[in-house]
Amino acid sequence: MSATSGPGPLLEVEGISVRFGALLALNGVSLSVPGGEIVAIIGPNGAGKTTLLNCISGFYQPSAGRIVFAGRDRTRLSPPDVAALGIARTFQNVALFRGMSVLDNIMTGRILKMRGSFLLDALWWGPARRQELAHRAFVERIIDFLEIQAIRKTPAGLLPYGLQKRVELARALAAEPQLLLLDEPMAGMNVEEKEDMCRCILDVNGEFGTTIALIEHDMGVVMDICDHVVVLDYGRKIADGTPDQVRKDQAVLDAYLGVAHGG
Amino acid sequence: MGDLLAALLGPFKEIVGSPTFFVEVLLGGIFAGLLYSLVALGFVLIFKASGVFNFAQGVMVLFAALTLVGLMERGAPVVLALVLTMAVMVALAFAIEKLVLRPLVNQEYIILFMATIGLNFFLEGFGEMLWGANVKRLDVGIPDRSFMLKGVQINQLELTAAITAAVLVTVLAVFFQRTRIGRALRAVADDHEAALSIGIPLKTIWVVVWSVSGLVALVAGVMWGAKSGVQFSLSLIALKALPVLILGGFTSVPGAIAGGLIIGVGEKVAEVYWGPLVGGAIENWFAYVLALGFLLIRPQGLFGEKIIERV
Repeated sequence: MSATSGPGPLLEVEGISVRFGALLALNGVSLSVPGGEIVAIIGPNGAGKTTLLNCISGFYQPSAGRIVFAGRDRTRLSPPDVAALGIARTFQNVALFRGMSVLDNIMTGRILKMRGSFLLDALWWGPARRQELAHRAFVERIIDFLEIQAIRKTPAGLLPYGLQKRVELARALAAEPQLLLLDEPMAGMNVEEKEDMCRCILDVNGEFGTTIALIEHDMGVVMDICDHVVVLDYGRKIADGTPDQVRKDQAVLDAYLGVAHGG
Repeated sequence: MGDLLAALLGPFKEIVGSPTFFVEVLLGGIFAGLLYSLVALGFVLIFKASGVFNFAQGVMVLFAALTLVGLMERGAPVVLALVLTMAVMVALAFAIEKLVLRPLVNQEYIILFMATIGLNFFLEGFGEMLWGANVKRLDVGIPDRSFMLKGVQINQLELTAAITAAVLVTVLAVFFQRTRIGRALRAVADDHEAALSIGIPLKTIWVVVWSVSGLVALVAGVMWGAKSGVQFSLSLIALKALPVLILGGFTSVPGAIAGGLIIGVGEKVAEVYWGPLVGGAIENWFAYVLALGFLLIRPQGLFGEKIIERV
């Protein structure tokens, strides 16, 4: 068995369920994310999209089912272990380190790539210093890539919302993830900010070959940038296919536009 | 009116009249101030990393000093006793993470605060049970003697302690600002979920901060204990650390240092020069009045992070 992502999906979710008390938030959902693709997870409010993302990133433990990443079963892992595997994520409500500068925020994204001893770190000497500089150089590349040079030193908490989202993306990218999970990367943005973010996502996918799974509400955006769309409703998967297939799917139209139930 | 003015201004004349004595008072203040800084630093480290206000910090100072003295009384040489005490403080950090913090994860801050009050009483009792409650002398091998430098009397013990504290504080400040672990600590302080998502294990970070503040407590305990004996009142210097925190800001390492020095020097100078005017004992309340004034003018402290709220 190979640990690298050769042919076959990078991420495979097999029939996972999550229960919160009486509510079945996810009910036997399966999906696969092929390496190098951009996959969208869509669905009405409360469909279980974020719950699914939280399972993949280790914040929730599914009560049933399996999650396979790069050929290995990793259903039950804590968030730091998931991060160590090469899965990075952003949050629906931006979760930045508000008191830290943009640069420091992005540098924290490289924490798993850094090695060093307590003592050398404390003395800021020799290898510790060289390592810090090398990581700084990488972070500068990401800053250039996302065009946020001007706000390097600004405390993250002071930035406008659109930029905060972009800094959060930068922090996730700093970890050089194989799989990037984005929870509503364009929520609350105006048209211009959305266009910028779309370009960023496409660039990341094109330039670094990062596989991306994202949750999004804006159907226009989803149809434009994704290779593959998964639709959830009431914790179940109701459709899975290319944007064109999904757009014409009757179950999807019903879920979004509503049907007369029991009629 | 003229008499009052003369009485208030009189001390300035004394300062100018005898500068060497003033320098001695200043040095005494700096020594006390560094101690306050160290205790405040213990608070700041834990508060930054976990948002917990550790009520037991003062008792940790006492506990560390008691353990050190206890080991030395049983015949351990100074260096060995220091190393063993450090090990005990690290073990204590592991125990606190496992038995107190982990079961209470995601609870309200006030509940965690209450837990540290419990920890306070436990450590106090446990320390006395192990090592006894009587006042003990701590001799770390540095003579409590003075020498003269350009007419100023300098205490050798105080000087050593001050240098140790200054080095420790500098290393910690650099460590927090520039290193991987320091950055992880600040990240955890800002947002637990985000920190987890980029691969920072909370448990490890908690053990690190509690260990470091245990070691800081040990240094403070040794300094103070060598000067005035190891006894229960050692845990009360934690109360002096509160105004230091208000002055310096709860989240700032440089703030803890500056705040400690300002209060240490301020109260010493006020006591020596203005104390006689009001019958003395200014030292006991000066720090709190200063802190109260600060709360009115600059509630986030000198270096504290201003709370940013976007609406």
